Amino acid sequence: MINLRELSKNPERITSGHRLCAGCGAGIVARQVLIATGCIPVVVTSATGCLEVSTTIFPYTAWKTSFFHSAFENSAATCSGIEVAYKSLKAQKKIKEDIRFIAFGGDGGTYDIGFQSLSGAMERGHRMLYVCYNNEAYMNTGIQRSGATPKGAHTTTAPAGRVKQGKDQYRKDLTQIMVAHNIPYVAQSYIGNWNDLMQKVQKALAIDGPSFINVLTPCRLGWNYKVEDTMELARLAVETCIWPSYEVENGVYKINVEPKEKKPVVEFLKMQGRFRHLFKPENTYIIEEIQKNVDERWKILQFRAKIDYGA
Amino acid sequence: MIKTVCSRGKIVAKTGNEVMAEAMRQIEPDVVAAYPITPATEIVQIFSQFVADGIIKSEFVAVESEHSAMSTTIAASAAGARAMTATSSQGLSLMWEMLYIASGLRLPVVMAEVNRALSAPINIHGDQSDTMGARDSGWIQIYSENSQEAYDNMIQSIRIAEKAKLPAFVTTDGFIISHCMEVVEVYPDVDVKAFIGEYKPDRYLLDVKNPYTLGSIDLQDYYFEHRYQLAKAMTDAKDIILDVADDFKETFGREYGLYEKYMIDDAEIAIVVIGSVAGTSKVVVKELRKRGIKAGLLKIRVYRPFPSYQIAKDLKRIKAVAILDKADSCSGAFGPIYSDVAASLCSIGMVSSCPKIVNYVYGLGGREINTDHIFSIYEKLKKIVLGVENFSNKIEYINVRIK
Repeated sequence: MINLRELSKNPERITSGHRLCAGCGAGIVARQVLIATGCIPVVVTSATGCLEVSTTIFPYTAWKTSFFHSAFENSAATCSGIEVAYKSLKAQKKIKEDIRFIAFGGDGGTYDIGFQSLSGAMERGHRMLYVCYNNEAYMNTGIQRSGATPKGAHTTTAPAGRVKQGKDQYRKDLTQIMVAHNIPYVAQSYIGNWNDLMQKVQKALAIDGPSFINVLTPCRLGWNYKVEDTMELARLAVETCIWPSYEVENGVYKINVEPKEKKPVVEFLKMQGRFRHLFKPENTYIIEEIQKNVDERWKILQFRAKIDYGA
Repeated sequence: MIKTVCSRGKIVAKTGNEVMAEAMRQIEPDVVAAYPITPATEIVQIFSQFVADGIIKSEFVAVESEHSAMSTTIAASAAGARAMTATSSQGLSLMWEMLYIASGLRLPVVMAEVNRALSAPINIHGDQSDTMGARDSGWIQIYSENSQEAYDNMIQSIRIAEKAKLPAFVTTDGFIISHCMEVVEVYPDVDVKAFIGEYKPDRYLLDVKNPYTLGSIDLQDYYFEHRYQLAKAMTDAKDIILDVADDFKETFGREYGLYEKYMIDDAEIAIVVIGSVAGTSKVVVKELRKRGIKAGLLKIRVYRPFPSYQIAKDLKRIKAVAILDKADSCSGAFGPIYSDVAASLCSIGMVSSCPKIVNYVYGLGGREINTDHIFSIYEKLKKIVLGVENFSNKIEYINVRIK
């Protein structure tokens, strides 16, 4: 368990004054992840996206750690290059410190364009933590659909219109795909529960190998909700089980946040403008489909979490 | 036969790929990240065997694409490592985005590049469409006539890139050099290591006591200055390349410049070439000289930075010049080397009296070019000088079936 008293002693490694929107989840993810690293030196890489452009407007930077960005689709390859350089220079005793490596990417840079780079880096087994701040669309370019966009959501490239009702498809289950890479640690987390996210970060960084955390990160602009609801919305995603908080450590599943009472998915959807069209009487069948899908997936997850592998 | 020029050198028989791998073994970079592609695959195959056998301590990363190869190499370089890679053709084109980033971030990545045609249609043989397409990417480009030059260029490129703070690639012509066994003089490891020295970056990401941000967003207020600095670095690299060549000559005995003049000083007709075709062409020049024809040849070694002023000065008094491109820019006008040479001649104010220049495109997809073809080019130049044939203001294609 992490306690706040201890956490408050950890340095802040991303400063205020960056240009992320009020109510943006990405900055919260970056801050919590970095506070969780404590005092161990880290080098951070990022895919092109909101987090990167808003924190590094030359000649300013919000990063107190070494930070590197080169392109959109290669945060994982980039992080692996730094990790390999570290291995080499450490072996040559040109570097003495223990350093950890964290790659950030939005869902576009992780699920879609950076997917191959991520898969390759995980397969190669670099000691690095990849954090996807998943706001479920290309927000930096103006809310376009990605492989992470949930069914029914309105985006500017899968808009709700006279004959289409937002995105037709369910999202890709990237967390499961990462589990299939058989890496030591994979987790889903969310903002609005610092304890959950920070514990996962610490667990991931302690592992001598690759790890992946997929963090649900509401975007005020893209999801279209009230600025002050960011945390609440992320929590509702977990309480409705549309985004369960769980981890897979060496293949063993554990649900980290078991909702006391599983709320209907409608509670989550109704707070967001991107789902508004689903509430027209002729479209409510889509909400039913989403609910059915959430129920099925939740059951599968519960089943996996109950598997006893023996001692 | 090759002449030993370094008293401690060793004469060996090696292919172009083998000598490039040999140079990489001697350089022993901290990190190499690469992806297989014909005809460059052997370079990293041989290199990874050196690593597997514990002969060198480099970290070899077998990445999942050339985009990741270049991304990983760039990141390793930014982290403070000496980092290299190798590729060809489609691999280079997949790296395209990252090529500009390597130079824009001023990282001295060094790459072995084996020239190969670009798809479509798919073709694995040698032409220079791949690297000519990357001519504006901010990479130093050094071309090799044979395996010896490829080996020497690889060693020099490390010093050049690190001093200029620019990425650099050394090319060989696919199969013609990469897979052709030649006699090469290799130098002792200890001399090569002493020549390249240790890489000491001014700042690097793993220097966690002095953390910094690299790869910032750079808007209207700074971007232009940074791009200007990059362009200036490329111009300034000419002197660096010559300095390194001087030092190389002193250490190993072989002489290099930005380009090579072959019987050019008193020539009346000349051709400008790049890469392995220079060898074929020199045979022709020698034969023509025997016949009393004042033929010459100018071989470009360093294509980026382009030795514009110097080349123009050496060509300006020649009566007719043919410029041979092993790539077609499909511009509706001329090939890449022609455009550079023609612009260079104009820039020194020689527009009215400058030589009559003809552009030839040859060898696409590995199509043969032999001494007969080169003879016919000089024949044409002779006729142009005599005024019995007009010089064409469009590309002439060599050894292609045109209806």
